[in-house]
Amino acid sequence: MELNQLQEICSQVRRDIVRMVHGVQSGHPGGSLGCTEFLVSLYFNRLRHRAPIFSMDGHGEDLFFLSNGHISPVFYSVLARSGYFEEAELGTFRKINSRLQGHPTTAEHLPGVRIASGSLGQGLSVGIGAALAKKQNGDPYLVYTLHGDGELQEGQIWEALMFAAANQVDNLIATVDWNGQQIDGSTEQVCDLGDLPAKFRAFGWDLVHVDNGNSVESVLNGLEEAVSKTGQGKPVAILMKTIMGHGVDFMMGSHAWHGIAPNDEQLASALAQNPETLEDY
Amino acid sequence: MTSILAQFPFTEKKDTRSGFGAALTQLGQTNPKVVALTADLAGSLKMNEFAKQFPDRFYQIGIAEANMMGIAAGMTIGGLIPFTGTFANFSTGRVYDQIRQSIAYSQKNVKLCASHAGLTLGEDGATHQILEDIGMMRMLPNMTVVCPADYNETFAATLAIAEHQGPVYLRFGRPSWPVFMDQTRFPFVLGKANVLVEGSDVTLVATGHMVWKALEAAEVLRERGLQAEVINVHTLKPLDAEAIIASVQKTGCVVTAEEHNMYGGLGEAVARVLSLNCPSPQEFIAVNDTFGESGTPTQLLTKYGLDTPQMVAAAETAFRRKTKK
Repeated sequence: MELNQLQEICSQVRRDIVRMVHGVQSGHPGGSLGCTEFLVSLYFNRLRHRAPIFSMDGHGEDLFFLSNGHISPVFYSVLARSGYFEEAELGTFRKINSRLQGHPTTAEHLPGVRIASGSLGQGLSVGIGAALAKKQNGDPYLVYTLHGDGELQEGQIWEALMFAAANQVDNLIATVDWNGQQIDGSTEQVCDLGDLPAKFRAFGWDLVHVDNGNSVESVLNGLEEAVSKTGQGKPVAILMKTIMGHGVDFMMGSHAWHGIAPNDEQLASALAQNPETLEDY
Repeated sequence: MTSILAQFPFTEKKDTRSGFGAALTQLGQTNPKVVALTADLAGSLKMNEFAKQFPDRFYQIGIAEANMMGIAAGMTIGGLIPFTGTFANFSTGRVYDQIRQSIAYSQKNVKLCASHAGLTLGEDGATHQILEDIGMMRMLPNMTVVCPADYNETFAATLAIAEHQGPVYLRFGRPSWPVFMDQTRFPFVLGKANVLVEGSDVTLVATGHMVWKALEAAEVLRERGLQAEVINVHTLKPLDAEAIIASVQKTGCVVTAEEHNMYGGLGEAVARVLSLNCPSPQEFIAVNDTFGESGTPTQLLTKYGLDTPQMVAAAETAFRRKTKK
């Protein structure tokens, strides 16, 4: 898919995100907007998947696990826009009897979701398990995971990082949304992550840097580089700098919009900044 | 009249964990989807033979139980059937949230196999003697909870849970224990309790190691003129309510026995079934809401009120409460 087409999809996904969160007056727009380019690039350009057909086992296709489940709005929007379910269902987000739970779940059998996430720090282990199963099954496809940077404060992440390197899980690409923000403030204020690249390297991972995770071109290049590093005995991480709330000026760069919904006026402003490129749901 | 214990002859004592290990090896031979994971306790869980015969399907995770639970959940997505092996404490309390979100809520086909449960782990003391695990696992939607009584039943249960689709918590232990559950007479069927002895005066409902103690108690009770019915509840969830109700409707009173805190375990599960169906006097053989300590298994069972004499006394109390009504 051409760059400009992907950028158009990003604009529509941003509209979906703010409309979903506004529609139920809850949810997490900040991280969702920041990861829009990544998920759009992954699902529309890089992931070898069979949408709209969904099978839980995912034999013979690449798999994606969202570990930071609170950015479910961008995940749901990209799944719907990929064809896993009807876009109209996005309007049920976080409402009673919906398959689009506040945090993703398999319990409602929403196509495209293979694990529940929300309680942080668990998705890397799950991704490793799925990657090991692929090796066990002789399935040459890849497993991708996405994590928040604040999420790296969870100890299980470091258990998983250590294990993946020690066991040469080299069919796995873990991406960190490195926006420097978490609920209570900047990561530096809350619990400084320190020298993240040095830590990943010390844990035995191969690294790819994406300096602008809100540029489709940069993300595509980063993904391509990461894929080229797979199969060489090391797990691969993408450390991806993003701006929380990207694409909606009053949300950008602040932890304040981690989990707050826009009001009517703010919604109008956010939509004005992101033209309708596909049809609104 | 033949003695009760004579109906359950045993020539040897074995640990239930060895039943797990032997069955796991058999599953390795019969089911290529079965894989085994451990967090640095392969020897204690008797998984070494599986590891030796099937090195490509054995995963040493290291001392990182949370990671192990997540990896197991992920492996099911490729259609594998992961069996995780570590101590009961590290299989449950340490990783409750990982089990809750990645396994139970996510409906993953993981078999959580837990050794060294309860007081009979012995000398390691309270840090390792988990007495809350049955409660924690029973409370999780989608979770099946199994606690077999001896080596044979643990062997059979291990094979059975591989055939069951969905998460299972399998609880077993460390001590050498009488091997008495003849699988031709009392086959293990997931979710179906086994009535080992029929009686009319009081029902003894036991799980795990306490089933043997219940048989010993029934023998003593018979000498004292009370006919006890003994039920082996190896599956705590789903509980075989039908078998329990049928028995207690006949006997009119019940004693539950478990190597677990009195809260959250078999006793409360049975009390719920009875209160809804046939309220009856019930006595509880369980640990009295306290932590354990170091000691031999026998010393600990005695000190914490889980030995045969205490079960006999509880049965007599239950019987008196029934007849007073």
